[in-house]
Amino acid sequence: METVWEWFRWLDKTHGIDLSVFYDTGDRHRFLMGFLTTILLSLTCLMSSLAIGFIGAWAQQSQWRWARLAVGAFIQFFRNTPPLVQLYFFYFAIGGMLPKFADASGMASPLFGSFFWAAVSLSLFGGAFNIEIFRAGIEAVPRATIEAAESLGFSKGQIFRLVAFPLALRFSLRALNNNMVNLVKTTSLAYAIGVPELLYVSAQIWSDQLNTREMMTLLLFSYVGLVGAMVWGMHRLERALRMPGYGQ
Amino acid sequence: MTWTADQPIVKIFDVHKSFGKTEVLKGVSMDVAAGEVVCIIGPSGSGKSTLLRCINALAVIDQGSVQVEGQEVHDPDLDQLALRRKVGMVFQQYNLFPHKTALQNVMMAPLHVLGEKRGDVEARARELMRKVRLAGKENHYPGELSGGQQQRVAIARSLAMRPDIMLFDEVTAALDPETVKEVLVTIRDLALEGMTCILVTHEMGFAREVADHVYFTDHGVIVEHGPPEILFSQPQDPRTKEFLSHVL
Repeated sequence: METVWEWFRWLDKTHGIDLSVFYDTGDRHRFLMGFLTTILLSLTCLMSSLAIGFIGAWAQQSQWRWARLAVGAFIQFFRNTPPLVQLYFFYFAIGGMLPKFADASGMASPLFGSFFWAAVSLSLFGGAFNIEIFRAGIEAVPRATIEAAESLGFSKGQIFRLVAFPLALRFSLRALNNNMVNLVKTTSLAYAIGVPELLYVSAQIWSDQLNTREMMTLLLFSYVGLVGAMVWGMHRLERALRMPGYGQ
Repeated sequence: MTWTADQPIVKIFDVHKSFGKTEVLKGVSMDVAAGEVVCIIGPSGSGKSTLLRCINALAVIDQGSVQVEGQEVHDPDLDQLALRRKVGMVFQQYNLFPHKTALQNVMMAPLHVLGEKRGDVEARARELMRKVRLAGKENHYPGELSGGQQQRVAIARSLAMRPDIMLFDEVTAALDPETVKEVLVTIRDLALEGMTCILVTHEMGFAREVADHVYFTDHGVIVEHGPPEILFSQPQDPRTKEFLSHVL
């Protein structure tokens, strides 16, 4: 490994291509931590946005008018405002209103940090789209298929669990993949409220090393790798859930 | 009042049903004895399918009474799931679960609705697949089967619940002429075994061959009914004559 790092040092010395994250231990650590933060933030947002989408789509089918109205308002609010503005809103407007606590060193520190607010804000943003995606999936399940299940004596809960949901999930998968990819890319906005994710640490490194061009390129390829791995996983899931011959 | 096998297994009396302002059933009465095969024929839009769907409560009647084995189907206190376990239904569009294999389609309801053991259910499902002449197709998905094969899976799926009564709603209407026969043969076998069958059908030859009793409906009323040899050869009502002259 050491020879690889040394090669990057040589690349910098002889050709002026400065990829300090490979030969400088401190930069390497910073970059890796940034990458991990991006992954952690992405996973948190993916999971909670799926949960929000699921619960929202369910509430939208509800008998209660107020539940449907609330979900509708939620979607309008989060779909029709820029995610950066939402981040600022949560971090500064909501976070700023909450009480502060004295930490170990006696400094006043906020109840929730920037990572928390980024996770909340981006989950709600992604979740709003997921609700619509799941709703479209549920509406695509043929009424006749549900009737067949009813006539076999399945209860409402069983119909949802065994027939409607598995079909709706399959119908939603394509659109869901797009939204999930978008959500992972949108985590880079967390930079704006100081979450030490990939873009944030890269900016720190290029400020220190003045290697903006190299870091920009590395950053771009890091996202290509990250999103590529995710898309690969999603396609495997799509294949696993395939319904042979359906719709042909 | 307890029901005994010498009383009609299905007793329909003065049933009225409207969709919005259109009255589709205008006082229909019909008795079906256990083991009997009854065909309902008539022009489209005459309320045949709706009548069938009233028997397993897929459609709710506005007035009158439908009794299955002495139990009032539209009694709010009735255990609707229990009713549907007794009454199997096969649809024009098969309505199989596209994300499950043929065998899984047949096994689902006994497993989840009746809570039977997997081993028993699987043995019975394989036996039923043989019975509908689909041995070897167990692991095919519905999308990989022809219409006639899908329809026979749907029949097996219904039979797996060991119903007392089978309802067939224009089950050959979506099939190619050459596959119609394979489905009709399956139904005829069932009828010969003594299953109570109520069919809505356009297959006059089939009705004539297997039915014990034929009902001719038009504009929401039963115009005429009787044994097929009489109804088909000596229709009394001008509407029956007119209809039969078009289809025979």
